[in-house]
Amino acid sequence: MPETGYLLAALLTTLVVTFALRAAPFLVVERLRESRIVGWLGARMPVGIMVILVVYTLRDTSFAAAPHGLPEAIALAVTVGLHVWRRNALLSIVGGTLLYAGLLALLS
Amino acid sequence: MPAESRPAYPAWRAALSDTAPVGFGLVPLGLAFGVLMVQSGFAWWWTPVFSFLVYAGSLEFLMIGLVLAVTPLATIALTTFLVNFRHVFYALSFPLHVVHGPLRRLYAMYALTDETYAVVATRAPGALTGARILWIQALCQAYWVGGGILGALVGTLLPDVPGLDFALTALFTVLAIDAFRAQRDVPAPLLAVGCAIVAQLVAPGQMLVIAMTGFVALLVGRYLLTEAQHA
Repeated sequence: MPETGYLLAALLTTLVVTFALRAAPFLVVERLRESRIVGWLGARMPVGIMVILVVYTLRDTSFAAAPHGLPEAIALAVTVGLHVWRRNALLSIVGGTLLYAGLLALLS
Repeated sequence: MPAESRPAYPAWRAALSDTAPVGFGLVPLGLAFGVLMVQSGFAWWWTPVFSFLVYAGSLEFLMIGLVLAVTPLATIALTTFLVNFRHVFYALSFPLHVVHGPLRRLYAMYALTDETYAVVATRAPGALTGARILWIQALCQAYWVGGGILGALVGTLLPDVPGLDFALTALFTVLAIDAFRAQRDVPAPLLAVGCAIVAQLVAPGQMLVIAMTGFVALLVGRYLLTEAQHA
């Protein structure tokens, strides 16, 4: 186990860098709040960022080996279907996740 | 402004229902993190120390391996920069201007994680008050830290159910659909899928940074081509 001093220094390093990344852009954006392009981008970014995070969480899926990403595809489709149908976030997330866990258990 | 017109409805209760779906993703993930911390040889209380200081889910998982290998601080700083670089884009659509007071604004920026950005930025502009945003952020941190402590203390006793990590995928899927409903802009998600797949194929190690930078660059290009002419 590394020394406590090193561990704290390492964790503080991440704190400073992460905070700078989260906070610094506001210095610029707060002044641009009224600009058209920032408003236009701000309205269209969230959906794309979420889609990128979806792909990111599925990045370890193997399409070459069995079951060829089938559990992921089915669970994703059911999550989307549930959410379009019922518009209940908790239901869509719990339903999709339990189905995925069930598919994995079936296939193993 | 539905939240403003119902001042009697407490912000924390609204935030509780705002964050319930996110909590379903954060608690199991926090549990997994706590279990991994203890299995890596850390005392249980290191889990909340990591969660308060690092407070960025994917980076916390990475940091376990990095600090155990006594990685130089400069490398840790660079890794943090690359893994969390995506957060620079969040300022574009996070309504910090409705949060008042220097300490509250500091906390709002410190706690601007993927999950809080997702819950807050996918709402219609002006739908959330400053108090409700801060409660959303505090609750998300409570779910994450609480899950982590629970995992570190009792996680090794729980059965390992594979596939529960899909909750995070489902969470981002649901939030993407909600964000789409707010704007009904078809090209944005299509561009994002393209960027994500290209980034994953070209540079899997830097997928998030490349995909998000490319996506924002394409949106700026699209704005310049289509919207700027009408200005």
